[in-house]
Amino acid sequence: MMMRIWNNILFLFFLILVTSQFSFARILEVGQDKQFKSILAALDSSMDGDTFRIYKGVYTEGNISIDKSIIIIGIDRPVLDGKIEDEIFSVKASNVTIKGLEFRNCGRQVMKDPAAIKVYGQSHVIIEDNVFHDNYFGIYLQHSEHCLIKNNIIEASQKRESQSGNGIHCFRSDSLQIIGNQVFGHRDGIYFEFVTETLIWRNVAHDNLRYGLHFMFSHSNAYIANYFKNNGAGVAVMYTKRVTMIANTFEDSWGDGSYGVLFKELSDCYLSGNTFINNTTGIFFDGTNRITMERNTIKGNGWGVRLQANCLDNKFIDNNFMGNTFDITTNGTLVENFFDGNYWDKYEGYDLDKDQKGDVPYHPLSLYAVIVEKNPPAMLLYRSFMITLLDKSEKILPSLTPENFVDNRPRMIPHKL
Amino acid sequence: MINVLKFVALDILKNKIVIAYAVMLALFSWSAFSLEENEAKGLLTVLNIVLLTVPLVSVLFSTIYVYNSSEFIELLVSHPVKRSKIWIALFIGLSAAMSLAYIIGTGIPLLLFADFATAMMMIVSGCMLSMIFVAIAFLCSILARDKAKGIGISIMLWLYFALLFDALVLFLFFQFSEYPIEKMVVGLSALSPIDMTRILILLRMDVSAMLGHTGAIFKNYFGTNWGLIFSFGLMLVWILVPFLISLKKFVNRDL
Repeated sequence: MMMRIWNNILFLFFLILVTSQFSFARILEVGQDKQFKSILAALDSSMDGDTFRIYKGVYTEGNISIDKSIIIIGIDRPVLDGKIEDEIFSVKASNVTIKGLEFRNCGRQVMKDPAAIKVYGQSHVIIEDNVFHDNYFGIYLQHSEHCLIKNNIIEASQKRESQSGNGIHCFRSDSLQIIGNQVFGHRDGIYFEFVTETLIWRNVAHDNLRYGLHFMFSHSNAYIANYFKNNGAGVAVMYTKRVTMIANTFEDSWGDGSYGVLFKELSDCYLSGNTFINNTTGIFFDGTNRITMERNTIKGNGWGVRLQANCLDNKFIDNNFMGNTFDITTNGTLVENFFDGNYWDKYEGYDLDKDQKGDVPYHPLSLYAVIVEKNPPAMLLYRSFMITLLDKSEKILPSLTPENFVDNRPRMIPHKL
Repeated sequence: MINVLKFVALDILKNKIVIAYAVMLALFSWSAFSLEENEAKGLLTVLNIVLLTVPLVSVLFSTIYVYNSSEFIELLVSHPVKRSKIWIALFIGLSAAMSLAYIIGTGIPLLLFADFATAMMMIVSGCMLSMIFVAIAFLCSILARDKAKGIGISIMLWLYFALLFDALVLFLFFQFSEYPIEKMVVGLSALSPIDMTRILILLRMDVSAMLGHTGAIFKNYFGTNWGLIFSFGLMLVWILVPFLISLKKFVNRDL
């Protein structure tokens, strides 16, 4: 008995001795006058759990494949230059942290889609406080989980879509956190395909060539307090369920094919507290079902909301529609959507019982909006006295516009949002 | 000519209708900007003033004024003054008075409440519109010797430009909706000075919507600097052509 206990203790002691040798993380310094002159050399003699301190300088080492769980920290922002030939970091291990570096000029091949940092099917990778200049793809995650992308500045200056990849590109990933990044000048700012259960918070995407945000088949994600401005085609999101969008701003998407947000085939989504401002089209709903949109501000757009006739059971509650040329338009006569308690600045009813809800139902669809939808050149006559007359008579006696396209309790004064 | 102009100007200034017109414009514009909760809606009201009231008052007042001063004109003709100078002086006096009333009544609140570029656009195009309709009034009053008939023609013309023209254009849109008529439409708008003014102002006010499908075409035509110069050139043509026709008729007329 005694012997056995001693044996166990000895075994435990031995175990601690052995494991401690492996878990004893070292700090490897890389720099001009440091222990290692190149990152590749340091990688060769590193083990899982080591920390790299990379000092100021320009490192042109081609492709660096990170296959150990290490922490890489840049001191005074060292530069990694891909010379428009290679992918810079290929992350092929989990639990890697990359922090404080600058990535420049990664290769541009359409077949291989090289990125400044590409993560190949790993988990718990942290990419934080880095700067990216003129890369093809900035950060590229595929088949990855539980990764954090935080406070990076991702910028490109290519002029053509074919020469430019996406700023943050995620493919078939799950449970990511994308927080506080700035993306500009890329093809798409943030691009998701088959990405689920992900949080996108406080990012800024502006002046990208195509979309600020673009996702498909990416269910159950939350977009909170992001800012999208002046992207080539605005924001387009498609074929997705259960999206939550709260307190985002969509601004200055100008042009015919450009939308503040384009929702195509989305269902069961929730939008609240978002601002759509100065877009040609604020929100375009195409084949969307069961979307709840409440307490949003839709202001100064050409078309506030364009609701195609193939949309079902969407709810518009307590939104502010202000200063839009057209608040809302549709292309059909059947309306299976619900409006309640919105503020429309074009509403001209009265409120006798002082409950701040207008006593006369409001038909937000103007006759002229219907005419323009069917016959776009009629835009030429906008704001002419003739059109105003037609609109007024239609408001009183709706004959051409669908009768159930109505807000029964329009607000008299704007909601405080 | 300067002396004739002086007479005309003094006479119009003494006329209470011009002053009442300026006061009315001021009342409408100030109340539009102070009553509406946002600037855009105020601008909209002012736009309606520019597009409806300004042409109506300009054309009516000028027609009546020209008829009423027929004795004064006959008196002047008996003096050694060139006929064309009398007519030009009368025109300059009237258009200056109408423009001045517009600038004082609507221009000042516009400059105070709207942004500068939009305000300037509205002021300049409003003045042009005043002059165009003064010119049309001259044409009407020379076409018909009878006062009632002349006033009738001028009202009909106003009605045509302000209302009927748009209805006709809308009708055309629906008749030809199968065809690519966007470019034709741009040409069509040059046929009505009121429409041209409206589009020029729209391009400032509803920028977002104007960048949509058809809007972009208008913007390409009217929104550029050349488009602006071209449209103001067209408006000058709208002033000069009716006036020159009336001038020619006046010079050759047996009073």
